[in-house]
Amino acid sequence: MLNYAIRRLLIVVPTLLLISLVIFSLLKLAPGDPLSQLPPAIPPEVRAKMRAALGIDGPVIVQYLLWLKQFFVIEPLHGFDVLFGTHFSDGMQRIVSWQSRGPVFSVIAERLPQTLLVVGLAYIVGVLIALPIGVVSAYKQYSMVDQIGTFLSMLGLAVPSFFSGVLAILIFAVYLDWLPTIYNTNLVVNNWSSFLEQLRQMIMPVMVLAVQTTAYISRYLRSSMLDNLGQDYVRTARAKGMDEHVVVFIHVLRNSMIPVVTVIALGLPSIFGGAIVTEQIFKVNGIGALLITAIHVNDVPMVQTLTFIFAVLIVVFNLVADLLYGILDPRIRYD
Amino acid sequence: MTDLLSHNEPKEVAEALVSQAPTSNPLAGVDVLEPSSRNQWWDVWDQFKAHKGALAGAAVFFLILGGVALGPFVWHVSPTYIDFMTMKAGPSWAHPLGTDQLGRDLLARMMTGGRISIAVGLTAMIISMFIGTLIGVLAGYFKSVDGSLMRLTDLFLSLPVLPLLLVGTMLFREVVAKILGPEIGNFILIVSAVGLTSWMNTARIVRGEVLAIKQREFVMASRSIGTPARRIILRHVLPNVMSPITVSATLQIATAVISESVLSFLGFGFPPDFPTWGRLLYDGIEYMQDYPQLVLWPGIAISLTVLSVTYIGDGLRDALDPRLRR
Repeated sequence: MLNYAIRRLLIVVPTLLLISLVIFSLLKLAPGDPLSQLPPAIPPEVRAKMRAALGIDGPVIVQYLLWLKQFFVIEPLHGFDVLFGTHFSDGMQRIVSWQSRGPVFSVIAERLPQTLLVVGLAYIVGVLIALPIGVVSAYKQYSMVDQIGTFLSMLGLAVPSFFSGVLAILIFAVYLDWLPTIYNTNLVVNNWSSFLEQLRQMIMPVMVLAVQTTAYISRYLRSSMLDNLGQDYVRTARAKGMDEHVVVFIHVLRNSMIPVVTVIALGLPSIFGGAIVTEQIFKVNGIGALLITAIHVNDVPMVQTLTFIFAVLIVVFNLVADLLYGILDPRIRYD
Repeated sequence: MTDLLSHNEPKEVAEALVSQAPTSNPLAGVDVLEPSSRNQWWDVWDQFKAHKGALAGAAVFFLILGGVALGPFVWHVSPTYIDFMTMKAGPSWAHPLGTDQLGRDLLARMMTGGRISIAVGLTAMIISMFIGTLIGVLAGYFKSVDGSLMRLTDLFLSLPVLPLLLVGTMLFREVVAKILGPEIGNFILIVSAVGLTSWMNTARIVRGEVLAIKQREFVMASRSIGTPARRIILRHVLPNVMSPITVSATLQIATAVISESVLSFLGFGFPPDFPTWGRLLYDGIEYMQDYPQLVLWPGIAISLTVLSVTYIGDGLRDALDPRLRR
């Protein structure tokens, strides 16, 4: 297992390098000059200085390596400095956003909590709803509950979040007037009423994101449970006179959770992608919204870094899923 | 399979002849045989029919397809005619789905929008199926390229698809539009972007199937008589992986329609003069509080298309797998 884990970790490095190259070259290949909007009266030497300030002078390969160094060395060092009060990264050039002229990572650090709060909570809620649905619809296959569960999860997968979100706003905010339409990021939670306000504004974005997770995970758990329910060890457990609760929840559910746990790990990055849409609908000021505005104003360093962070999330959670699978299921040996 | 049939059928014919008309012309047996010798697709259709959801899905999907393809020939109202007298009107006989903020007929706009949306879905599906099948067959059949092609697939699977789609369509939109014109340029850009980022699952499925089929006797027999690889792939391997490809093609339409509408919804898809369903929804949000039909109809159309296609895929999966056939 350790052997496998190390090998698996080593694959991550070239994968990340290749992805960073893909992202970098896509943005480099794109036509358009960031200085094209400036007045033509600017003398060439000033223009060259501006290019240098933006970090777009010099050969492309140097720019790429510089960006890699900034992403993998300087930014982590800076993070270390902030945490422990050291001064390793002093005087080093951090990745600077073209629109705010500030370090990209401090903007991301400002926006990340909103995304994590909504996305994380949505994922937890989605999984928590999915588990009982999956168990019941497998245990009572083809029953009413199962049929409804199947239809609802088909619906959950078919109705795109941009429509379900808009529908939710229409019903719960416009007609019923129960919930606010827009997520207020400036809300400070310091007492009961503001906490309730925070809860109320989070319900819709969280539920819209959670529906998709629920649909996906409950389907998966159902088929995994069905596979296990027909196995011999279940018959043995029942023959021993075990309580049906014990059979289902201790024996079957535990074994069925093995593939489901890895699916849960694999699905986490994709929900960050879904958050881009959800943040746009509910006006949540998170990293999805940050990406959209950065693309619109052609803020290349910000776009590059954010896209790469999404890629890192995917690669890391793939790794986590693979390792979890090996740890949870001792029958699976990779070497 | 064909062996079994040829052994069975003569017996049936003989029994039928004996029991029905012992003295008739032996050629009459051909007529008796005719209904029972049927194409395997009839079996698939029989199984497909048994899946009620799939049948309903197919009905709805062909209704939508017919509506957007033939609708404009029946419904002559122009989707771009601006009429300030009937701005944001509700449903009426003149405008069954009402009108939008500029008084344009929503039904006509839904039809032209649906044409683009579904055309994007189908074309992106074809591109993604082509790449996926090509890579899957090559990786499964030729051991020498298997490793590198599968690493490529893994790499594509770890790309952040939505951010890259957004970045790609935004950055290259103007250039492509300048060369090919705004409508065709956008169409090709979006279709190829969606197709290029969605072939990976097909490639994996096809590779697995090809690996299994490659070990079967008929492929080995064919290889032993010196058939070139190209012929084996086209005549023996491809027909046998058609069923997983069909299922994944169906589901791919749904994915492509959603991807296109997400792009349009975020404002990165087609320009407002070519309203796809996603774009109509996006444009309608501003007026949603007072005129919900502007977002409801496009949203329902997208959801119905995706739902029906998903059900068709589900039914096809059951129908194409002989082991599941009742």
